Amino acid sequence: MARHSSFPPLPAAHWLFAGIALVIAPHAAHLPVWLSALAFAMIAWRWTAASGRLPLPGKWILMLLLAGSAAGILLEYRTLFGRDAGVAMLTLMLALKLLEMRGYRDAMLTVFLGYFLVITNFFYAQEIPFAVYLFAVVLVLTAALVVLNHPASAGQWRRPLKFSAQLLLQAAPLMLLFFLLFPRTGGPLWGMPSDAFSAKTGLSENMSPGSISQLVQSDAIAFRAEFASVAPPPSRLYWRALVLENFDGRNWSRNRGGYAAETTIETTGTPVSYTLTVEPHDKPWVFALEVPDPLTVPQDTRLTRDLQLLANKPVQRLTRYTLTSYLDYRIGRDAGPGQLRNALFLPRNGNPQARELARRVRDEAGSDADVVARILALFREQDYAYTLTPPLLGQDGVDEFLFKTRKGFCEHYAGAFTFLMRAAGVPARIVTGYQGGEFNPVGSYFIVRQSDAHAWSEVWLQGRGWVRVDPTAAVSSTRIENGIASALPAGEPLPFLVRTDMEWLKHLRQGWDAVSTYWDLWVVGFDQEEQIGLFARLGFGIVSWRELVWGMAIGLGLLLAAIAAFVFRPGRRPAPDKVQALYLKFCAKLEKAGLARPPSEGPLDFAERVRWQRPELAAGTDAVVHLYIQLRYGARASSEIYGEFASLVRNFKP
Amino acid sequence: MDTATPLAVMLETAVRQVGQIVLGKEREIRLALACVLARGHLLIEDLPGMGKTTLAHALAQTLGLQFHRIQFTADLLPADILGVSIFDRERSQFVFHPGPIFAHLVLADEVNRATPKAQSALLEAMEEHQVTTEGETRALPAPFFVIATQNPTHQVGTFPLPESQLDRFLMRIALGYPDAQAERMLLAGEDRREMIAHMKPLLDPASLIAAQHRASEVFVAEALLDYVQALIARSRSGGRFGPGLSPRAGLALVHASRAWAFLAGRSQVLPEDVQAVLPAVAGHRLRGPSGEADADALAQALMASVAIP
Repeated sequence: MARHSSFPPLPAAHWLFAGIALVIAPHAAHLPVWLSALAFAMIAWRWTAASGRLPLPGKWILMLLLAGSAAGILLEYRTLFGRDAGVAMLTLMLALKLLEMRGYRDAMLTVFLGYFLVITNFFYAQEIPFAVYLFAVVLVLTAALVVLNHPASAGQWRRPLKFSAQLLLQAAPLMLLFFLLFPRTGGPLWGMPSDAFSAKTGLSENMSPGSISQLVQSDAIAFRAEFASVAPPPSRLYWRALVLENFDGRNWSRNRGGYAAETTIETTGTPVSYTLTVEPHDKPWVFALEVPDPLTVPQDTRLTRDLQLLANKPVQRLTRYTLTSYLDYRIGRDAGPGQLRNALFLPRNGNPQARELARRVRDEAGSDADVVARILALFREQDYAYTLTPPLLGQDGVDEFLFKTRKGFCEHYAGAFTFLMRAAGVPARIVTGYQGGEFNPVGSYFIVRQSDAHAWSEVWLQGRGWVRVDPTAAVSSTRIENGIASALPAGEPLPFLVRTDMEWLKHLRQGWDAVSTYWDLWVVGFDQEEQIGLFARLGFGIVSWRELVWGMAIGLGLLLAAIAAFVFRPGRRPAPDKVQALYLKFCAKLEKAGLARPPSEGPLDFAERVRWQRPELAAGTDAVVHLYIQLRYGARASSEIYGEFASLVRNFKP
Repeated sequence: MDTATPLAVMLETAVRQVGQIVLGKEREIRLALACVLARGHLLIEDLPGMGKTTLAHALAQTLGLQFHRIQFTADLLPADILGVSIFDRERSQFVFHPGPIFAHLVLADEVNRATPKAQSALLEAMEEHQVTTEGETRALPAPFFVIATQNPTHQVGTFPLPESQLDRFLMRIALGYPDAQAERMLLAGEDRREMIAHMKPLLDPASLIAAQHRASEVFVAEALLDYVQALIARSRSGGRFGPGLSPRAGLALVHASRAWAFLAGRSQVLPEDVQAVLPAVAGHRLRGPSGEADADALAQALMASVAIP
């Protein structure tokens, strides 16, 4: 069965297989190792076979390979559908198709499968460098197409690439038209398959010792914030996400029951307005500065009674929220005992030393506010340290942290503080979110990363309501004022991008972040809403998909008309081959009339001979030859002359 | 074909005027004129008494050019061509006395009768358009045009120009016998020398330079260059035409074709123009399979074997 293959010819084979390898390469990051290895092995086999050094596999081997790897995919993913399994299947099929490629038709099919696989790459990443890479892949695949159809251009590598680049450039206006007008579906464009949102980093609903310090190791961006006017100082940038009231002795978690009564909010001072661009994190919470104005809560979100801003559905794509917050506020001054009961709850047992400490402080202190001040003073004056790598804690975590290890991260301080407050009879709860952020002067906005994740406490004081207390600030005030990078002792591991010691790197990073933010917002994030918004701003009102399709058709027509007008513009030199073809047709007509032109006879000599031999044809011949000379040898050939020439030749009847 | 420029009309008149002196040789006169316009030099190879000198003289007179004739002999020295410095007693310094080469149109008569040394003095001046004697370089007048004549080489006591020297001439033509009618008119007519003396110049050096410039601007299309290249490629392959045409020959072909088209009053070069000048331009550069052969026949064979692309 095995046979050697003479198709495709070598230069075309190089282009084609290089293109296919390049398109499969990014998928190797998430495909099972055996599958990527198999795919590349098949490409290598086919590549070697193209130069005649290996036979192509027979039908039975192909069948076996297909069945085996399809079973492998089924075992690996438990399905053949969905995003991951589908892409795996497609990759496998493309590689197998290479092995049974025997003719021109197969090669064309392979190129188009390659184009399709380019698109599937966008299921996994949509960053600018990746898009640039995929453009390069399309360039190579198109060059393969060029070489397949123009074997004459195969010798060099530059010409097919140049031609391919020309084709892509010509397609660019079309791409722009389709990008703007192609009707979008409601969901994110690339996230159609249901398994598209997995493994996003971000704050979770629970807090236990170590959960935030792990998050802080990531320099992924949580959200960006752009202030309408002057931004508040970093020490006031508390981005509130979740309120954790339930405590089981180790974990803090959200109070799902909700509050019985509305929380009253009293605000003073001028509010600040800002726009958040939240990265997808697959959770509903939105990060608002304390405390968001309940009257200007954005659409699709709601403010809970413990002042968490929640979206109606998980944030699964880059979303923009415009918010207003008051930095001077009093909340829940009139909270009743029912509301505060939850904030005093402690498990019956555990952490006896901490309870003992709390009781002692309670006895010495005159008021709740005094308790808070004394505990904070304790943190400040005793030998507590701020570190990203705290020792592991056992059963009585609060005791161990307070009296033994004395090293911790924000969640340790917030957790221990809140525990002590409750033990001392002061209502307290934990708030998680982000603190600070890095200002990007290029786009003039704040970048808030996962490394800015933070936890703090709120205590309820008679007459003042819920008051924010950040015990971490008592231990390390620089963390709050200057950010995490300066607060940690030298030598602590920090994500590369959070480091502040390399100035040039910082500028580069900020410029790049500004560019990629606009890319995310206007290119990747150009969804149904943005599309409708854009056309509404342009004065088209709310467009329906029908109108968009019409717009596409009209735009396509206009574009083609513009191209046609360019190609057939007056004064443009017609293609020399067409002129010559018509002239040869003219000569053929005269040859039928018995006037053969020797190949070495010039047009004037020929016309002269016609004049002698067939004087009645002289006028027609002279006219044709006159125009032919201008078109073929003249300096000012134009499409008008060509049109006249063509009609003269067509109507010439010897 | 195109609207004729006044310059072209003038040149056309010049061709006719010279044609009244050299009877029945319109084609050769045209070639000679094209050679001037293409800033080349002309070699006329023919037997004595065919009107070579008359043609050169008439051409110079019509174009309004200063004319010198150098008769090449076996004892001719380079200084006889270029000039010598002679000591002037009164000014007590050497004074350069320019030789006959300092003229617009120089007729080098019977160039193959001189020694190679004298020949090369002339050829170097032709090539460089300047003369260097005793360490001093003197520019030759512009325009500068040499017509050399050569007797057919089978005469005794001659030094025929070698191929490398022949290449310096843009064209080589032969005049040949006039036809019976022309010969009759010649015999019946008045003295040619007398007629030349009474001819009135139609141009001057400045307008000839302008004409040369205009001729070099005649449009050459890609399609025409394709044809020229096809001719050159054909001449180099198969050994039918010796080693084939050099790049210089190709360049000469394009320049001469331009001048020919300009003389015909056209603003673009046609394959016919190339074919018209090809025997004169390529004839002395082609060799048959067995050395010397009839140059004209070779050129015709080359043309006939190449299709116009």
